[in-house]
Amino acid sequence: MQTTDSAIINIENPQVEIEGLNLYYGESQALTDLTFGIAAQQVTALIGPSGCGKSTLIRCINRMNDLVDGLRVEGRIAIDGEDINDPALDVIELRRKVGMVFQKWNPFPKSIYENIVYGLRIAGIENKAVLDEAAEKCLKRAALWDEVKDRLHQSAMGLSGGQMQRLCIARAIAVSPEIILMDEPCSALDPRSTGRIEDLIRELRGEYTIIIVTHNMQQAARISDYTAYMYLGELIEYGPTQTLFTMPSKKETEDYITGRFG
Amino acid sequence: MSKKFWRQGEPFVWATGLALSLILFLTLLLIYVVTANGISVFWPKPVALATLSDGQRLIGEIVQEETIPGTENKRLQFKIGNRDLYGLDFKWVESANIVSLAFPKEIQVLERQEYGNFYGFLHELEVKSIAPPASGSNSLVLTIAALDERKNEMHLLGKKIANLNRRVELIDHHLTKALYNKEKNTPALAAMQGEKQGLKTEFEALVSILGEKSAALATNQAIFTDANGRTKAIALANIVRTYQPNAMSFFAKCGYYLERLRELFFDEPRESNTEGGLFPAIFGTVMLIFLMSILSFPLGVLAGIYLREYAKDGWLVRLVRIAVNNLAGIPSIVYGIFGLGFFVYGIGGAIDQFFFPERLPTPTFGTGGILWTSLTLGLLTVPVVIVATEEALGSIPPGIREGSQALAATKLQTLTRILLPMASPGILTGFILAMARAAGEVAPLMITGVVKLAPALPLDRVFPYLHLDRKFMHLGFHIYDIGFQSPNVEAAKPMVYVTTLLLILIVLAMTSTAIYLRNKMRQQHSVVDV
Repeated sequence: MQTTDSAIINIENPQVEIEGLNLYYGESQALTDLTFGIAAQQVTALIGPSGCGKSTLIRCINRMNDLVDGLRVEGRIAIDGEDINDPALDVIELRRKVGMVFQKWNPFPKSIYENIVYGLRIAGIENKAVLDEAAEKCLKRAALWDEVKDRLHQSAMGLSGGQMQRLCIARAIAVSPEIILMDEPCSALDPRSTGRIEDLIRELRGEYTIIIVTHNMQQAARISDYTAYMYLGELIEYGPTQTLFTMPSKKETEDYITGRFG
Repeated sequence: MSKKFWRQGEPFVWATGLALSLILFLTLLLIYVVTANGISVFWPKPVALATLSDGQRLIGEIVQEETIPGTENKRLQFKIGNRDLYGLDFKWVESANIVSLAFPKEIQVLERQEYGNFYGFLHELEVKSIAPPASGSNSLVLTIAALDERKNEMHLLGKKIANLNRRVELIDHHLTKALYNKEKNTPALAAMQGEKQGLKTEFEALVSILGEKSAALATNQAIFTDANGRTKAIALANIVRTYQPNAMSFFAKCGYYLERLRELFFDEPRESNTEGGLFPAIFGTVMLIFLMSILSFPLGVLAGIYLREYAKDGWLVRLVRIAVNNLAGIPSIVYGIFGLGFFVYGIGGAIDQFFFPERLPTPTFGTGGILWTSLTLGLLTVPVVIVATEEALGSIPPGIREGSQALAATKLQTLTRILLPMASPGILTGFILAMARAAGEVAPLMITGVVKLAPALPLDRVFPYLHLDRKFMHLGFHIYDIGFQSPNVEAAKPMVYVTTLLLILIVLAMTSTAIYLRNKMRQQHSVVDV
């Protein structure tokens, strides 16, 4: 397999390795021969026009695609050297390691507190002191504590969209994952809430490996260390964000980021 | 202009509004008729004394008035009672034939254990077995009240006798079992026979005491005269209640009304169900719905969960779904026949074969009973619960499932901690519909265990307390029975209204409780709004 394409850089000691990944929905192919690595504790942005397979790709990383009927994956994805599609691997363990934040915030119709500790309760932790501490820590980490500390036990449905999305991030980090997948976390938010989420992502960098799908190129430029440009299920260019946005090596990438296309 | 008129949808709005109004009108009409007729049944009505042109007189409640078809003349229907004297309870009289109509205060109405009401005048009291009360205007009422104590004593005695009977029956069961097992001359057998003999002696002694007491009670009687002066002696023990409606004050009437309500809720029926209370039928109805719910609710919810969450979508699942939806359209009598064949004769018969072979051919479980009726009704309502469960689960946004699974929850954890609480209001809605349907069914009950008059409740203080093999009474069947099967349909009409009103109220009470619970849950688990 060719991986020496100059437009796709090689990451030293990647935490996530993707090798020859092909994905099919029934007969149609959604991802074609993807091969690249994702750096640990860095922010990697996936950009590209709608339908290019960015979301499909990140949903492979925590095997969220298992829930989809008629979907077939070929190739290898490894986290810390372990193949995640290995039948012997416990998908529950995988998802504990790889958290996810969705495009559409999806808090449970429970209290704010119960939302945060849900993952911990699922993992069998019932000690109230531990749960309380985790809830406070994660809400502070997600910069939500000051806004909700007086109404922890009220329904999460009363929060604003931006607050709900930060709650979902807090909920994801509560189970101490190593990797957080974010599928267009700001696409339904106003600029102010978007700014707060971006601040939060910058703060989480260095502690978690973050893979973020975004439509917003300025956002990718602002928050990511590496950027991958995908088009029609193929990886066109992948490199340090700085380089990709200032000196793209491919014509297609340049067209897309300068807005001539997409 | 007219094109715009049609396009704006004005006529359509009118049509929708009209459809709703029509349905509301018919429903309200039904409720009005039942309530208006049912609520006034127990209110004491004035009793008239009419003198006819041929010199005859009659006493009775005026039930209704109508114009004779084809003429301008009116006629009145009187409830004249005194079935033992006249044979008929009702009589039509043309208004033209009535010379005078009066409402004398002395008219006495008797509600009796048999032969229905008596309307007439008190002539004389003959009290022998107890001290006669001071004579006065209400001496009759006082005497009857004094006799109540005697009646209670006899009632307790009757209970004791029934108890003895039950014990004898139990020993008989053991004896037949021993005989069936070919036991002979064992000490246990002899002991049982000895005990039975002892009980029998006790039984006979009690029966003779009861006979004496009731004979003594029967000596107390009162002589009444009817409208035309015919005398009639009536044993006081036979009188359930007596009053003088024309002399009653408003508060006295209220008291009478409350007393009748108490009787309705807590007493047993008498006079082939056309009089007295409805307690066994109310009890049977509530217990039936309760048992049915216990049986069908978990089954339906589990089946719905499997269909929505675990079954792989395909032609088979679609077929099952269609079948489940169509099950709700099968006539209920078909369920009844199935229940009779499968539950009663099939399963019940097998239980008798294995557990009670010594009693055969007398069936124990192989005959209609509340268990089989509940199972049949459960089968009838389970499709509603399945469909509701499926739809409630299906309406939860997929993001919620993904959110839970992305937090490393298993499918089961997602289901029990997130999905089921969120679906519970919808599931409960289906449950309410199922309950309402079950409460209104009569046809399948008639062949799987409901009877006109059940000797004992399916739940009582005799071990093992819950008698699922027993037959029971039901308000819906009661309506059919007294309305169409009783010997005196005209006299039973008020009771039909009362029973109908009561059944509607019970269904309303049960569904309201369920709706209250659902709303409470809905507040706790509101679905994502955006």
